[in-house]
Amino acid sequence: MRSAIIQGVLLFIVCYALLSIYQTTIFNLEERGIKTSTSFFDSVAPFKVGFSPFLDYELGKTTYIEIFYIGVLNTILVAVLGIVAATILGFAIGIMRSSSNWLASKFSLVYVEIFRNMPLLLQIMFWNFAIFLAFLPPPKQSLEFGVFYLNGRGLQTPLPIIENSNNFNIWLVTIFFSFIGVYFFRRWAKKRFFETGKTLPVFSLSLVFIILFTTLMFYALGGPLTIELPVLGKFNFKGGAQLPLPLFSLWFSLTIYTSAFIAENVRAGIASVSKGQIEAARSIGLSRSQMVRMVIIPQALRVIIPPTISQYLNLTKNSSLAMAVGYEEVVAVWANISLNQTGQALIIIAMTIIFFECCSLFTSFVLNIYNRRIQLSER
Amino acid sequence: MTNNQAETMNDDSTIISISKLNKWYGNFHALKDIDLSVNKTEKIVICGPSGSGKSTLIRCINRLEVHQEGSIIVDGVELNDDVKHINEIRSEVGMVFQHFNLFPHLTVLENCTLAPIWVRKKSRNEANHMAMELLEKVRIPDQADKYPGQLSGGQQQRVAIARALCMQPRVMLFDEPTSALDPEMIKEVLETMIELAESGMTMIVVTHEMGFANKVADRIIFMDEGQIVEQNDPETFFNNPESDRTKLFLSQILDH
Ligand SMILES: Nc1ncnc2c1ncn2[C@@H]1O[C@H](COP(=O)(O)OP(=O)(O)OP(=O)(O)O)[C@@H](O)[C@H]1O
Ligand SMILES: [Mg+2]
Repeated sequence: MRSAIIQGVLLFIVCYALLSIYQTTIFNLEERGIKTSTSFFDSVAPFKVGFSPFLDYELGKTTYIEIFYIGVLNTILVAVLGIVAATILGFAIGIMRSSSNWLASKFSLVYVEIFRNMPLLLQIMFWNFAIFLAFLPPPKQSLEFGVFYLNGRGLQTPLPIIENSNNFNIWLVTIFFSFIGVYFFRRWAKKRFFETGKTLPVFSLSLVFIILFTTLMFYALGGPLTIELPVLGKFNFKGGAQLPLPLFSLWFSLTIYTSAFIAENVRAGIASVSKGQIEAARSIGLSRSQMVRMVIIPQALRVIIPPTISQYLNLTKNSSLAMAVGYEEVVAVWANISLNQTGQALIIIAMTIIFFECCSLFTSFVLNIYNRRIQLSER
Repeated sequence: MTNNQAETMNDDSTIISISKLNKWYGNFHALKDIDLSVNKTEKIVICGPSGSGKSTLIRCINRLEVHQEGSIIVDGVELNDDVKHINEIRSEVGMVFQHFNLFPHLTVLENCTLAPIWVRKKSRNEANHMAMELLEKVRIPDQADKYPGQLSGGQQQRVAIARALCMQPRVMLFDEPTSALDPEMIKEVLETMIELAESGMTMIVVTHEMGFANKVADRIIFMDEGQIVEQNDPETFFNNPESDRTKLFLSQILDH
């Protein structure tokens, strides 16, 4: 009770302080003739945004608030691409680090030490200016990686195209229902197991069902989705999608940098599995691969996942260094260009902060769910 | 003829035979010319001062440690670098560790069924049934769905015994199974081990519980500095020890 009162009083003081800071700031800004209002949201932004894959952009039509959305989406795009790639690369390097192969282990040690300790901004500039801009060929001589093509303008990738959005949505709904069906199937199988002791290969059955069902529905709905491959035309690529070079450089640097941290987490996670666990696994006759799959990985993941999720947040925040290469994410187009154009520092900076704050809250939310699940299965 | 027959019979009843076993850790000579043969259903207790090589010896039997010289034959299979032999022997030899080494991410039941399902290729159903039976034997069937972290040390060690027994091993190795336990828990674990001994299991137990040794052991082995100094039945071992080192050791631990 007493602590509740103290907390309440503290909360009141903090709120009061925030309110008075806000009022003083508004007062001071108005003194100097700076208006703070959101009215500029709907005015047309007089500058060009070159990369907006999700929202239509048109110079002379797109408003400031739309610029904000474009920036946010571009930040999310590079963050998602970076998170996926850094996770894969980081796990590979981290596993190499723990291997008994001398060369592999030393290679990944050097990798981690170099990329973790060099300033990220320097790395972004190094890859973009010293390597990619300097050495990547023009489109006609693109480097080919399967269905991906890399050249001085960026990376050409295949693009999924929704042919029939109606059928595509129906297809998504059927996928959703197949998962619900599997959920009930598993519940039923579990119940039957407890009652009769009879078991079923639940996982393989569910997988086969989902794959068969979604493919069948896909063709039944006339193939609502096609993949468009990039094809080299006379001067440039036609079809597919393009990650422009600034995005590619930023994605590449963020991936390399973050993967070094994730690799270190993975190494620590594997090292955290005690020798006793390995001895116990061997003493009951598990083979090496069974031991890795059923004893080492599940325990290592508990150590690896929490700090890795924080690395995802770091990667998202670090994407604001994109200004160095001109990728149009939220800090560049909103907190920089839009701010300079409108002078609405307070609102613009506040919105940017709130965006990153939301990312951070989302991360803690996911982390908490994960930790609670782990705790559940340990106590 | 008679001699020959006697030898064959002897061979039949031997389950572990170790001869001229030598093991080095780097330059340190940890086991020196160990000869030991263990009969089926025999209970052997190994004791000796710290660092004398007791753990090393029993860990060589299931290849947790690799020996450099001599031979170890378990149930007719020689231990060498052949992975098939190693896995075969490991599934015939159960081991219980000082610090339990249960898998913390699996429930008690899952700890017990992991190897039967994946190594012995039993159905989950069959494995669960057997695990529940053994958990009843070690008197913790009601903890089957808990995680190891939720159990007391004594309970964890009994789960560890059940986990090893689920592989239906022919030999059980115990490396100081009670040294990490509080006194009241030592009793419950020793009781489980005594019941196991009475059921006819072949057991090699490293322990300083001399009461247990006296009650259960067919043979007590005293080790010092990597050698077997003395081996005898409990009666002789406690009342008429041959070597001075054994006497010294016994006076030290029986004083406490
Ligand atoms: N992995 C290792 N590397 C180097 N030396 C080792 C290793 N394991 C054990 N030794 C050494 O080998 C000797 C025998 O060790 P062992 O663990 O078998 O002794 P122990 O009789 O089980 O002792 P305790 O009663 O303390 O468990 C000790 O001197 C120890 O220092
Ligand atoms: Mg020991």
